[in-house]
Formats: sequence, C-alpha cells, structure tokens
Amino acid sequence: MRDRARRLAVGFGRFWWDFLIGETPELFVGTLLIVGAAFLLRHDRAAGLTAVMLLVVVFLVASTYRGRDKSATRTTVGRDRDP
Amino acid sequence: MSTTAVALALAVFLASAVEMVEALTIVLATGATRGWRSAIEGSAVGVGLLAVLVAAVGVPLVHYVPIATLRVVIGALLLVLGLSWLRKAILRASGHHAARDEGEIYAETVARLRDLPGRDLSRHPRRDALGFVVAFKGVLLEGMEVVLIVLSLGASAHRLGLAAAAAAAAVILVGSAGVLVARQLSAIPENVLKMAVGIMLTSFGVFWVAEGTGLHWPGNDLAVPVLVAGFFAVSGIVVGWMRSLLRPVPPPVPVTLAEREGVGR
Repeated sequence: MRDRARRLAVGFGRFWWDFLIGETPELFVGTLLIVGAAFLLRHDRAAGLTAVMLLVVVFLVASTYRGRDKSATRTTVGRDRDP
Repeated sequence: MSTTAVALALAVFLASAVEMVEALTIVLATGATRGWRSAIEGSAVGVGLLAVLVAAVGVPLVHYVPIATLRVVIGALLLVLGLSWLRKAILRASGHHAARDEGEIYAETVARLRDLPGRDLSRHPRRDALGFVVAFKGVLLEGMEVVLIVLSLGASAHRLGLAAAAAAAAVILVGSAGVLVARQLSAIPENVLKMAVGIMLTSFGVFWVAEGTGLHWPGNDLAVPVLVAGFFAVSGIVVGWMRSLLRPVPPPVPVTLAEREGVGR
C-alpha cells in the first residue's frame, strides 16, 4: 500500500517536472520572469505590456536557437518541402 | 459568441485533435495486434477518466479560486506549454528536428506488441489485458495535456463547458476520421496543427498573465486575435532564420574512372 502511494507520488511529480521543466528549463525560468515583470510593471500599462511581449519573443527565440541541430543540412528542409 | 470564446474553442479543438491523432496511432496499433475489443474498452475507460478529472478539478477551480490568481497561474501554465509546443514546431518546420511520422510509430508499435507474449487471439477473440492497458495508458497520457488545456482555458475564461465540448468534438471527429482512414494518420499535417496550437496557447498565456496582474490589454478581448497574428508573424520569421542556420550541403567529391573501377572489384 505504502509502495503504491510512493509510486503514485513519484509518477505525479515526474509528470509535472516533465511538463513544466523537462528539456526546456529556460522556458520555465522565462515564464517566471515574464510573470515577475508583469507584476513589477502593473502600474505602467505601456511599459508592462511591451516588456511582457519582448520577453516572450526573446525566450522563444533563445530556446529555439538552443534546441537547433548543429549537424542538420539544407537537404533535409528541401526534401520535406518538395511536393 | 465573443472573439475570446471562438478563439478558446478553436485552441482547445486543435490541441485535442493533435493529441488525439497521437493516441489514435497507439489504439489502432493495439487493436490490430491484440484485438479490437480490448483496445476500444481501454480507450473508453481512458477518455472517461479524463472527463472525470476535468469535472473534479475544473468545477472547484472555477468556483473557489479568485479569478485574478487563477488567470496568472493558468496564464503561466499556458505560456510554458504554448512556448514549448511552438519551439518544437519551429524546430521541425525549419529542418532541425525530424517531423513526427505516425506511420512509422504505428509500424514500431505493431512490431513491439506482436513480439510480446500473450494469449492466442484465434482461440480467445474477446479480451486481452495487455491490449487494454496499452490503449488505456496511451489515451490517458496523451489526454493529460488536453485536460490541462481544457481546465486552464476553460477556467480562466469561466467557460469550462465550452472548452470541454470543443475537446469532446475533436475526440469524436478525429476518432471517426481515424477509424475511416485507419493507417493513413501520417497524412495529417500534425506539425502545422502543433504550430497553430502553440501560437494560440502562447497568445492566451500572455493575455491572461497580463490581465491577471492588472495590465489590461487595449481592446480587451480583441487583443487575442491580434496576439495570435503577431505570434504567427514571429514564428514565420524564426522558422526562416532557423533555416538559414542549416549547414550547406558539401559538394559531391568527383570520382575518377579508375577509382570507380577499383570500387567495382
């Protein structure tokens, strides 16, 4: 019984870890920073919304760049796009 | 129906459709190898459990959690999920990651399930415990993200019923289409759907985080389609930029006649 409860707890924790952090911890940290920036700038709408949007784009670009395959060649794209 | 409600229903529908395609691959492979009855029963129990989760968690969320807190927390969850889907779709569209091939996954799952020990289907054509468990787990695991999306979008907009209905419509539609086309799931443009969902979830995430913290968007709900259009443009630019980072193909090395003859020997 205790073993089953422990397995369930571990499984539950693993699910949330994979969901929130997984292979992209930078997106989790980025989201925390975005929420923090929104809170800090909540009294200045223009600055707050601009900062939130900029941070989202910066973290998306940075995370995508980090996930690139350095050995991928242009043939892969060309082949996929061919009708 | 307001603009937010339409966008919300569309986002939930598309997200559910993507996950449903992935779950259906497992269910079809299970049905073909371990018997249809167990595969269908396992899937039905999985879908039922997911529906119970939506009702059990969603209703208290909507009624007892303050709306501003709900929007910040849920907006943050949507941002994490949306950005990770968008990142994956951009990497696939730009050629940095291989596209998911449902046909290949189907063939692998069939081969794996055929090799596993089990009962003889010709002698016991009714139930198979392994088939039930594989279909159940496949539906449950792929459906968990759908539950999170239904709960988060539905609760933050106070439209849990609409979100659940959109998810159910996707399950029914993709399920029926999947059964009809059976092994043609690889024909579904999954990465395009994934990118569309990523853009919508990110847009809703940004919208709710700002609204929850007290930063109100100009135009209120009309900001959502503007955000979707903005992230669509950004994604297109990033895909183009990521393609430019791909290494050029090295020119072919000329082979002399003597070398070719040497290889032939």
